[in-house]
Amino acid sequence: MVEPCGKHLRMYSLLLLVCLLLSGCRRSQAEDLPDSSSVKTIENKGSDTIVNLALAWAEAYQEIHPEVRLSVTGGGSGTGLAALINGTVDIANASRRIKPEEQSQAEANGITPVEHIIARDAIAIIVNLDNPVNRLTIDQISDIYSGKINNWLEVGGEDRPIVRLSRETNSGTHVFFLEEVIRKGDKNDKTLFSTDTLLLPSSEGISAEIRQNPNAIGYDGLGYVTEDLKVIAVYSDTAEDFVIPSAETVDNQDYPIARDLYMYTAGEPTDEIKTYLNWILSSEAQMIVSALGFVPIAQ
Amino acid sequence: MREINWREFAITRLIKACGYSAVIFVGLIFLFLLREGSPALVEIPLPSLFSSRWYPIEEYFGILPLISGTLVVTIGATLVSVPLGLSTAIFIAEIAPRWAKEILKPLVEVLAGLPSVMLGFLGILVVAPFIRTATNVPTGLTAFTGALILGMMAIPTIVSVAEDALDAVPRTYREAAHALGATEWQTIWRVTLPAARSGVLTAIMLGIGRAIGETMTVMMVTGNAPVLLTGIESLFRPVRTMTATIAAEMGEVANGSVHYHILFLIGIALFLISLIVNMVAASVVFRQRKRAERILS
Repeated sequence: MVEPCGKHLRMYSLLLLVCLLLSGCRRSQAEDLPDSSSVKTIENKGSDTIVNLALAWAEAYQEIHPEVRLSVTGGGSGTGLAALINGTVDIANASRRIKPEEQSQAEANGITPVEHIIARDAIAIIVNLDNPVNRLTIDQISDIYSGKINNWLEVGGEDRPIVRLSRETNSGTHVFFLEEVIRKGDKNDKTLFSTDTLLLPSSEGISAEIRQNPNAIGYDGLGYVTEDLKVIAVYSDTAEDFVIPSAETVDNQDYPIARDLYMYTAGEPTDEIKTYLNWILSSEAQMIVSALGFVPIAQ
Repeated sequence: MREINWREFAITRLIKACGYSAVIFVGLIFLFLLREGSPALVEIPLPSLFSSRWYPIEEYFGILPLISGTLVVTIGATLVSVPLGLSTAIFIAEIAPRWAKEILKPLVEVLAGLPSVMLGFLGILVVAPFIRTATNVPTGLTAFTGALILGMMAIPTIVSVAEDALDAVPRTYREAAHALGATEWQTIWRVTLPAARSGVLTAIMLGIGRAIGETMTVMMVTGNAPVLLTGIESLFRPVRTMTATIAAEMGEVANGSVHYHILFLIGIALFLISLIVNMVAASVVFRQRKRAERILS
């Protein structure tokens, strides 16, 4: 009983050891590969808003430039910028501008982040399909999220409590929403999200909750809004009316809650990274932008 | 002969090294946590550390809502999992016929292997909507939802370990009890369970440990709103736990910032909480064992 057991164990551990050794082998090979066969890897990380777009770009780009390998991951704008500051990625995706403290941390590490605007995005305010509310002003949205309005009755809806949903604080969308919607762009305004705002870790978490909860209100990038959610029309000063977000209304500046999307590089981009960023601004790459529900930037 | 001696030498050394390394790793982890977390105590004045607002990107570092969130979810999960888990273990070990036992035990152990992300999805899509409609609260993403799912996750751990402990109680104990005229229930409650006490307690501790440390599920189903508990109704409000806070924010912070340090301080607090739980459990076992020895002598 004991002897075969021990034999098996020894065989398994030998197998395990071989596996470990082999896996170690593969990794070091992958690291060596760029040098030996001139495949250049571009590490691309950051905003979850941009991640689908960046993936689509990477796929299209690799077809025309097989000598470049693009590795795209999400995690949030703060995550991407932190990785850029720590020197672990080549391009950081961000749905907000770099903060002054991030800028100074980067400089302390000997890195100068350079900003590239790559697309535009509208933030859609979304509610459950059964919610009778169709339109809100920025002031109303601000009051809802800061906790001054707590019942849908106050904005023309049913007598229901309002459940506020938001992305986590590491999301660029969260920071943008705080600065441009809750504080209405006023730098001296110190209003915060109401403490009972639910901070959900993903866009999918927000959509899932809104789909089944008629009390909920949330916000998300226009590219992530699906058919089974209701998009609220927001009052715009320029159009003097309530405007539904779309590529058109963002482009002619009618929809008020829109922002630029960015990629940051460490220093002015060179070689492969520069070619890639130039390609992103081409009309071919910007077509992918509109296909994914974002707004292309004017040429 | 010689080969065996050599093997024995190697094996004892290896085991010794493993034993020491476990202790050394825990020590090193604690030192690391201390080094990274203690600056927060200097950087953040105590009154604001123990305030009730957590919004780190604007320098609000009140950790009370996070501690209360973790406590309510963990206690809730314990209340769900301990009675259910123990009764299941007793059923499997003492009452169920042999064939049922052979099916149930592996099934429960398979449950233990369910990835927590999957249970989180189940929570978002099934449990949360159900709780919202059943209890008429504004949202189903609440402390109660988290406690319920964490409790379910802890049950397999508790059942598996407690059943092993009950199974290890010698048959003669039960036979003696039956011979004295004890009923089935009296045997379980007065003889088998006390005899397996330390294993059962370990089971409960492991279950609670799983509940305290669980991150992904609570992040998905508790709503993560850093609200300080005010009363029993807070059980049906969203809460933010310490683990979810660390997981959600660690990726974003810049190395060496105040926010970074306080996340490690939260890590220390978590470490201390589980240490206290373990110490209390150990002392309970120790005290009861001494009493048992006194009675026997």
